[in-house]
Amino acid sequence: MSQGNESFGARLVFCLKGIGTKCKSGAISLIGKAKSLVKRKKTGDSQSGNNASSPVSRTEMTRRQWIWNEMKKNKVAYFMVAPFMLLFFIFTVLPVILSMVLSLTDFNMLQFPHFVGFDNFSRLLLNDEIFLIAAKNTLIFAAITGPVSYIMALLIAWFINELPPKLRAVVTLIFYAPSISGSVYMVWQTFFSSDYYGWANAFLIEFDFISEPILFFKDADWVMPLCIVVALWTSLGTAFLSFIAGLQTVDRSLYEAAAVDGIKNRWQELWFITLPTMRPQLMFGAVLSITQSFGFGAIVTALCGMPSVNYAAHTIMHHLDDYGGQRYEVGYASAIAVILFIIMITCNMVIKKALSKVGQ
Amino acid sequence: MKKLRTRGHKVVLNRSAGGDAGITLVLVLMGAFMFLPMVYAIGQSLKPLDELFMFPPRFLPRRPTLANYSDLFTLMTDSWVPFSRYIFNTVFITASGTAGNLFLGSMAAYALAKLKFPGRKWMFQIIVMSLMFHSTVNQVTHFILLSAFHWVDTYLSVIVPAMASTLGLYLMKQFMESSVPDTVLESARLDGASELRTFWVIAMPMVKPAWLTLIIESFKNLWNMGASIYIHSEQLKTFNYAIQQIVAGGIARSGAGAAAVVVMMAVPIIVFVISQSKIIETMGASGMKD
Repeated sequence: MSQGNESFGARLVFCLKGIGTKCKSGAISLIGKAKSLVKRKKTGDSQSGNNASSPVSRTEMTRRQWIWNEMKKNKVAYFMVAPFMLLFFIFTVLPVILSMVLSLTDFNMLQFPHFVGFDNFSRLLLNDEIFLIAAKNTLIFAAITGPVSYIMALLIAWFINELPPKLRAVVTLIFYAPSISGSVYMVWQTFFSSDYYGWANAFLIEFDFISEPILFFKDADWVMPLCIVVALWTSLGTAFLSFIAGLQTVDRSLYEAAAVDGIKNRWQELWFITLPTMRPQLMFGAVLSITQSFGFGAIVTALCGMPSVNYAAHTIMHHLDDYGGQRYEVGYASAIAVILFIIMITCNMVIKKALSKVGQ
Repeated sequence: MKKLRTRGHKVVLNRSAGGDAGITLVLVLMGAFMFLPMVYAIGQSLKPLDELFMFPPRFLPRRPTLANYSDLFTLMTDSWVPFSRYIFNTVFITASGTAGNLFLGSMAAYALAKLKFPGRKWMFQIIVMSLMFHSTVNQVTHFILLSAFHWVDTYLSVIVPAMASTLGLYLMKQFMESSVPDTVLESARLDGASELRTFWVIAMPMVKPAWLTLIIESFKNLWNMGASIYIHSEQLKTFNYAIQQIVAGGIARSGAGAAAVVVMMAVPIIVFVISQSKIIETMGASGMKD
């Protein structure tokens, strides 16, 4: 209720402002409107829990009518969001819904789809060993890259926060550059090249750690760790910038007050002052990091090929691409997509819950 | 009272010298991890061919040369599809996708941030939801939709979906909420400006930092896009795709490949250097409420 009252208060203030500037008749109509709103509010309070849309004798309009009025008044707003929302709906929302529907069918792009219930899901979870490998790899990949890149972004942003602005800009660029420079991660392949000309192999051979070059990206023991390192290397993206900005907006006087109140070192300061103050940025960064940590498939494909050796770095993304993009088993691929979708959304929800407890 | 440490002329509270040293050390190590591969990439591109295939290999070139860049240039002029075509494709896709995203995105962001219309809350909630999953989840059904529109193998298959990318809109909306005061908009409306005009003439110039942020977000996605699965024709493929082909082209093209990687990464980095301070300013408002 308190939130409702607040927004109502804001509306009232807004109306009062209107009185000051508008001509008299306008003011009167505004006051009238404010009064009717007060009435609406009161009746709403007294019978909260009742069906709000049923006609209530004491208000001049029902909730539905009121919404309809508001909608008519704000026609231009709908006009402004319409183009974006339309495209967004067609290219983001609709594909998700379509995936959910198709996941219950045996659609293969050629024949008319038949409804098969949860067959795809049971086949996926019970009879598809490669999917289980992919699921395991995806979770390992996400469980490492997500938190590590998040904490790395936060710590680095925090460390460089007290540098002088010019130096900070340079350091920011150094850390941020790998994430925007596209396929430059291919240089890791040269660095860890499988022949004698790769720097890593040459180094290991020269100092007698090994006698034969390691086929880094073709060796099941190596692909996963290497891909994780490369993924981390490219991971300081938008979330990192958001943290840098968030740290800048923390009010300096809070730190001074905290010092007086007995905060002893920078870690306490971070936990008790800085993090709670920048919680909105922490949320935003978490969402981006989680999403990103599930989306490193392209890097794996570029470095190790697809499928990777013994499926050692095969993720759900690759499995999806395999069935959707190459075998055209759309129904089955949709089931994979739905599972991945659910995993990502669940992760986000859980982390959001956890983050709301920071500094408490 | 304990002695206050100072840095420059400012008093610093709660900062121990040991902590400063430790943090500097960690920063230097992390910085090396991030920076050295970039240096290595640039170094590779400056190595003459015999140094690229030398044992033991060196991290940095001994006799730096620009030969690889001229090789890349020759390779570009000799290729089957003229290289200028790949560059045109990338520039065209990036420019039109980004412009569309900027225009549609900011218009919607303005309405969501500043106009109180029924439905705006759940619209924004869905947009936030869309940030929570990676778009490759949708690639299969996306393909079905595009083929239903007969857009497969056209520029449209990439440009139009990019116009509705949500991260830019999210940042724009948050920034508008925090930096465009309602009173300014209200006085514009009282002066008789239509809502569209208020948005375009009053609000948009106030959020220029957010434009740049939206532009670089969109730019980075489109510029770095490799082979789109929705485009088959060689004539429609992007610069990044062509570069990947050169890099994957084997030993004979190693030099040109290394040069190509550097060319590819230079553009977004330059764009970021120019716009960095504005982007950070926008990110200050990026926070998500719980």
